[in-house]
Amino acid sequence: MALDFLKDNFLVSKLDFIANWCRKYSLWPMPFATACCGIELMATGASRHDIARFGAEAFRFSPRQCDLMIVAGRVAMKMVPVLQRIWQQMPEPKWCISMGACASSGGVFDTYAVVQGIDRFIPVDLYIPGCPPRPEQLLQAVIDLQAKVASTGTIFGLEFEKRTQPEGPRPLQLTLPDKDKLVAPGNFSTSTRVHS
Amino acid sequence: MNFQELQEQVKNQFSQVEVRFSSFRNNNRADVSAGDVFSFLEFLQNKMGFDMLVDLSAGDYSQYPGAKHRYGVWYALLNTVAGTRLIVRTGVDDPDPRLASVFSFWKGADWMEREVYDMFGIEFDGHPDLRRVLLPDEFSGFPLRKDYPLRGLGERHNFQPVIRSEG
Repeated sequence: MALDFLKDNFLVSKLDFIANWCRKYSLWPMPFATACCGIELMATGASRHDIARFGAEAFRFSPRQCDLMIVAGRVAMKMVPVLQRIWQQMPEPKWCISMGACASSGGVFDTYAVVQGIDRFIPVDLYIPGCPPRPEQLLQAVIDLQAKVASTGTIFGLEFEKRTQPEGPRPLQLTLPDKDKLVAPGNFSTSTRVHS
Repeated sequence: MNFQELQEQVKNQFSQVEVRFSSFRNNNRADVSAGDVFSFLEFLQNKMGFDMLVDLSAGDYSQYPGAKHRYGVWYALLNTVAGTRLIVRTGVDDPDPRLASVFSFWKGADWMEREVYDMFGIEFDGHPDLRRVLLPDEFSGFPLRKDYPLRGLGERHNFQPVIRSEG
């Protein structure tokens, strides 16, 4: 019929555009703030930097009311199930910003208790470098995410269905080199490590 | 009751166990063996008025110069009436580090003993509920042991990733 012709060539594309336009100027952040990046996140939400200029001022503390998770700070391995559950409780369409060095890579905390980047466990759309990043960087990330929504978004979220693989780095090696196995200082006065 | 009087009273009333007293920078310390520490602490609590267990902690002394035992465990005690403080130290060894729980006469030992178990794997006999307190239950290692690698034994990446198309 004539309407099929319109659906394939004109109407779907315009609906995507309208949906993206509505979504990108009405991001509702979920502040998953665990460390000092959370302070910068709060500063971004406050009047001086004013994230409301980009339509993302409505921070909600319930994942049911959010569509943008901002993970700000290091995530301990005990926190990962909580992070994953909160992410899964957010309604579609949803995006995730990994804010700062710790959330993106573990930062300086290369220990047994801190995960080395949240992208190993949840999908991440945008990374912000910095320790902690300036509020301007977070604002730029919001602008970049708006561009990403505008350029890749579809009204039914088809762009998410294509992402069927884990997106983070491969799991860390379980077997450790010998020099990492013994961490007792060999000489207690200078704390040199014993390398077997 | 100062440290001298305490030493004499312990010598008079609790002579069956060898207790070595020492003092360093106003810290008064008593070293006892692992088998005697329970009876000694019970004596201090009942007869010497040490009614408060301020702290219970441990350390791993593997490769430490002059250390006699692998793990050191210490109990910081306070007599709240007299204001006397005493640190009771003991040592335990692999492969089965084990001490008697003092929960029966200091209820505050509950979480402290759980934390020592959590971090060092030292078990406390008689503790009513000895399980991990800080780390998740499924954690496998004891991270404050010196032979535990800094980057862990795989605990930090032992999770299923969430795939975007599924949620």
